[in-house]
Amino acid sequence: MLRLRQIHTYYGLSHVLFGVSLEVRAGEIVCLLGRNGAGKSTTMRSIIGLTPPARGEVVFKGITCTGVKPFRMVRMGMGYVPDDRRVFADLTVAENLEIAFRKTGNTRWTMERVYEVFPALASISGRRAGFLSGGEQQMLTIARALMTNPDFLLLDEPTEGLAPLIVAELEKQIAGLRDAGLTVLLAEQNLEVALRLSDRCYIIDNGSIRFHGTSAEIRSNPDILDKYLCL
Amino acid sequence: MDSGGITVAALMQQVLVGLSRTTILFIVSSGLSLVLGVLRIPNVAHGSLYMIGAFVTYSVASFFGQTTAGFIIALAVAPLVVAAVSLVLERGLLCHLYDREHLMLLLFTFAFTLVFGDLVKMIWGSDYRSLSAPAIVQGSFDLGGFPFPRYSLFLLVMGPLVALGLWLLTNKTKIGKIARAAAVDREMVDAIGIDVSKVFAAVFVIGCYLAGLGGALVAPTQNITQGMDHTIIIEAFLIVIIGGLGNIWGALLGAAIFGLTDAIGILIWPQFAIVFPYTAVVIVLLIRPRGLLKAIW
Repeated sequence: MLRLRQIHTYYGLSHVLFGVSLEVRAGEIVCLLGRNGAGKSTTMRSIIGLTPPARGEVVFKGITCTGVKPFRMVRMGMGYVPDDRRVFADLTVAENLEIAFRKTGNTRWTMERVYEVFPALASISGRRAGFLSGGEQQMLTIARALMTNPDFLLLDEPTEGLAPLIVAELEKQIAGLRDAGLTVLLAEQNLEVALRLSDRCYIIDNGSIRFHGTSAEIRSNPDILDKYLCL
Repeated sequence: MDSGGITVAALMQQVLVGLSRTTILFIVSSGLSLVLGVLRIPNVAHGSLYMIGAFVTYSVASFFGQTTAGFIIALAVAPLVVAAVSLVLERGLLCHLYDREHLMLLLFTFAFTLVFGDLVKMIWGSDYRSLSAPAIVQGSFDLGGFPFPRYSLFLLVMGPLVALGLWLLTNKTKIGKIARAAAVDREMVDAIGIDVSKVFAAVFVIGCYLAGLGGALVAPTQNITQGMDHTIIIEAFLIVIIGGLGNIWGALLGAAIFGLTDAIGILIWPQFAIVFPYTAVVIVLLIRPRGLLKAIW
């Protein structure tokens, strides 16, 4: 469904991604593991087009869309959940969801359906997003991305900074998304969550992919974990 | 300074005059504030669009022989003409410049004050124009012994209508909600599948429509002339600044402060009336440097 071929991305003059390649097949949850500053978020931003790669190729659903504007990527069926919970703080929860809603051929996600998956949001639908807790904001960013009715979701560190109980809750919900037919590329620092959720993992460090394998392979390979993931 | 002769009725009258002035100031500065808040463009040419609105109103109303019907048509047409001009400006030029720094945008829109100024001179010449208010709102009625212009009353009705329209637009329509979201995080609006560029165009056109509407409404109350763009843009920017950048309700508050201090100043100290609103601006900024209401910037 998604293939990156040797993408190089820069922030101004600083070279951040050095030839990242990866692939996500339909129906998978693939995890991008790495330390802070390893290049996870930049990879996500390169895919959605917020920071288009200078070289290399982003192929989505068989179409080359390197440098395509984010809103077009979303309309092609790619949902984006940023790592820093960028809810629209002045808008209510319901308004955040409403403006993201996009009808597609087979509209799976509506306001009602999203509230079913995240019942916590339904009870605070009239509240301004800026007044929500971290966990609620994270649910809202995921719910908001779902409202665009994607088949593919970029999920950037959804568990970052959340209490363990909420992380567990969120983990269940993300697993539920795959069951609902979504393909997910998940960026994570939380190794346990990542390995439980994903089918395959890529480990990124200093802007390059260092290892690629199934979650089981990574589990049985403590050297890799030590080398690329420990602080 | 002679304030011995101020009666309650005279004060009331000036308050009403001030509030009708507030209407014009609010309509113009809310448009400026909208563009500033959502697009982050300090549109110096906003005053020029107001001037064009006034001139077009004059021409259209004159075409119909300055009748009531003619004025109503002019009131409907002139802001739309201004909106059309702004759409060309936005799609043709501005939309390519959103990533530039504010100073560039400021200079760019300033250049357009010169272009529009000359354009107005080419089309309407440099003579004064004046337009009389339509018959139904002409003349005055008695307000406790003082005459109060009917047209001012008409403005007092228009002000709340425009405010209500703006409230509905920003709070009840999808484009309004998207605009509020884009004011805070345009990148994220893009990333939920919305073509931000189109939203910006719409907001810019709505903001400029308001400039045109202000110009159309002010046309029967003063001489329509070259230079009316400069006066209004300075006032509008001050209002937007004391109200809180990008906050439409701040613009309402700022316009009221500006309009009322101006009108009451005339009563208290006519020779120095112009000092009052500017003093009020200074006082507000000393107390609240970021403006009275929450600034979007």
